[in-house]
Amino acid sequence: MPIQLTEYDPGPFFDEMMARKNRARPLAKELIGLFRSMDDGELAARQDAADLAIKEMGITFTVYNENEGMIDRNWPFDIVPRLIAKSEWDRVEAGLKQRVKALNLFINDLYHDQKIIKDGVFPAEVLAESKNFRPQCVGVNPPLGVWAHICGSDLVRDTDGTIYVLEDNLRVPSGVSYMLENRLVTKRVFPELFDSYAPLPVDDYPTQLYEMLAALSPRNVKRPNIAVLTPGIYNSAYFEHAYLAMEMGAELVEGRDLFVDDDDVVYMRTVSGPVRVDVIYRRIDDEFMDPEVFRADSALGVPGLMRAWKARKIGLANAPGAGVADDKVVYAFVPEIIKYYLNEEPGIQNVPTYRCMYPDERAYVIEHLDELVVKPANESGGYGMLIGPRATKKELKTFTGLIKKNPRNYIAQPTLGISTVPTVVGNCLEPRHVDLRPFILSGRSTFVTTGGLTRVALRKGSLVVNSSQGGGSKDTWIVDTL
Amino acid sequence: MLSRVAENIYWLSRYVERAENTARLVRVNSHLVLDTPSGITPGWKPLVDITGLSDEFHSVEREANERNIVRFLIGDANNPGSILSSLIAARENCRTVRDVLPRSSWERLNELYLFARENVQAGLTKSGRDRFLDEIISGSQRITGLLGSVMYRDEAYFFSRIGRNLERADMTTRIIDVRSTDLFPEDLLESRSLDTLQWISVLRSMSGYQTYRRHVAIRVSRPAVLQFLFLNPHFPRSFLHCVEAVGESIARLDENSPVVRRINAQKRMLRRIDIGEMSQASLHEFIDELQLGIMGVHQTLAQTYFLPPPAIEEAG
Repeated sequence: MPIQLTEYDPGPFFDEMMARKNRARPLAKELIGLFRSMDDGELAARQDAADLAIKEMGITFTVYNENEGMIDRNWPFDIVPRLIAKSEWDRVEAGLKQRVKALNLFINDLYHDQKIIKDGVFPAEVLAESKNFRPQCVGVNPPLGVWAHICGSDLVRDTDGTIYVLEDNLRVPSGVSYMLENRLVTKRVFPELFDSYAPLPVDDYPTQLYEMLAALSPRNVKRPNIAVLTPGIYNSAYFEHAYLAMEMGAELVEGRDLFVDDDDVVYMRTVSGPVRVDVIYRRIDDEFMDPEVFRADSALGVPGLMRAWKARKIGLANAPGAGVADDKVVYAFVPEIIKYYLNEEPGIQNVPTYRCMYPDERAYVIEHLDELVVKPANESGGYGMLIGPRATKKELKTFTGLIKKNPRNYIAQPTLGISTVPTVVGNCLEPRHVDLRPFILSGRSTFVTTGGLTRVALRKGSLVVNSSQGGGSKDTWIVDTL
Repeated sequence: MLSRVAENIYWLSRYVERAENTARLVRVNSHLVLDTPSGITPGWKPLVDITGLSDEFHSVEREANERNIVRFLIGDANNPGSILSSLIAARENCRTVRDVLPRSSWERLNELYLFARENVQAGLTKSGRDRFLDEIISGSQRITGLLGSVMYRDEAYFFSRIGRNLERADMTTRIIDVRSTDLFPEDLLESRSLDTLQWISVLRSMSGYQTYRRHVAIRVSRPAVLQFLFLNPHFPRSFLHCVEAVGESIARLDENSPVVRRINAQKRMLRRIDIGEMSQASLHEFIDELQLGIMGVHQTLAQTYFLPPPAIEEAG
């Protein structure tokens, strides 16, 4: 039986591909046409082929399971690509570049003169309570003045079609390897689609990442030694660490592979003795990076790394302390931050955000808790959140208490009706909610990935797209419609 | 090359080789059982002794029968030397060095591991055993062949070659040690045809039967087989060949490596004696010495090139 879309119903949500039941948006016409020409058995067969490819290619992520401990799961991937018109993407890209530029100026300011606080634009008490502000970084001038070299910002589209930034991940954002692998899988499973669409390629990322990192080298050498520092194979993003190291021809190192000598230079332990490292793309959090300075019990880090960085003997991306801007309360101030440093209007909007630290905004939040999404300032992966409309009375009460106890730690946003994309469910297509995580590289110049990683909540009605909580992903196509 | 990476590649290759050798052992013994006149049962017990895991076996299985031994060698996750455990360990080592190996080597290894995991039950049945073991052997050979045909000849390649050949040298001595003594009950060993059958099975378990017949002799006899398996410079599973491959690879890394001296000592030991004429007892003693030598090579290698002790993970 051919695939029917007569029953396809995104409800009140904006669907990225279907204008209404049985009617594709102009951009998606050919794609939907192809699905219509398939019978339901073929649809399932293509999804199986993709799952098999992922299994064979060993594309995995690691999750913690109470019964089994750390386990490797195959990367959940949906074969229906998500399309975005290039004209729209160009605007988003410009907005992201603007945003990251302002955030870097902001971080640099916080570790130097703190003009933004003196000028009364950013409250001192937010900084005072920030979990990710590192006093050890005050006064440091990282190369090129850049702190957040790699940023992953999460975008969502509301019911009226507007794209919002939901959050900025400036610590160790992950997912870019899956963006690259998703494209390879789609090429294997849907080669014929590439004839009609010619989506813009995404595979430039590793080269761009390499160039950006190489520019941080303290030594002026032709081929600096670059290392990706991973917490190890049990980290949920280990696959990505290995993948990026491989794609860049960099060394994948763990803390125990490195040491800092009395000359403040970082060395790797190799079979032919110590070898100098110039740049480290670190995928471990600040706190675990250097037991001499941060958590002394960290076995993942490298004693002396901060010393080497301050002595300008090593390039570190992201710079220690960059996470100060990766905070959901700071997020609420980003529109002001953009205006303050760049004197520009934000190119992409923030989701309207209530800051519980302000009494009037807090009162509104507590009163409307059952309509809002409440997020703690420093959690990621969707943990510690309250989704008001779906919360029980007891949960609402608990959160009211939490907010009153530590208002600085919470923000609240209206529940967005985030957009949907047709997704394979058994033998047919059903709408599922998606977000989008593009990655922005900042070095001598700024680079934005072509599209990004589309994450999809595979459970019906679910808004949680995180892979650790039942989310999957889709290939994202930026398509030039001419 | 990072010391940790060198170590992982070394173990990755050892574990793949171990999986293949264990599959060979089980396969040849299965065939030998079929060739044996009814009423005489060649033991399965020697297979456990070959792998040096008698203690582990007796801690999990009560009776040393075919069923239990095959399960122990193929699919027992608690036996660190079983095919399944070897592939799990190979895969874990490979995961951490994916960035320095050809991408397809991870895919092939992952495939082989998934095959072993999903088909181990079928592999335990008499009718499914051959197919299972053949796939393990050819899957391991695919990986070894892939590394040999596409890897850049840098340190990664040489550590892989060292690991593979050291494991192979070790297994060759183990097979000879056990097989030359107690494959059949002692009172039957005098029977000429059984003795020949036994040595043919030894050759077969190392894919050496055809080569032996072509290049050494038509008649299969103990002294000639021992000579062949220990000292033939051209047979890739002979002890001498394996040790030379280790020596060459190390010399490519570092001509003045202390490991080279260890290897030379091994070769001197081989030249010193007339293997074909050795009595059973002195052969056994000699093999013990060789195995200690292999352990010594490993230790020197680890001390010289791998991460310092507190960071070294459980190896073996």
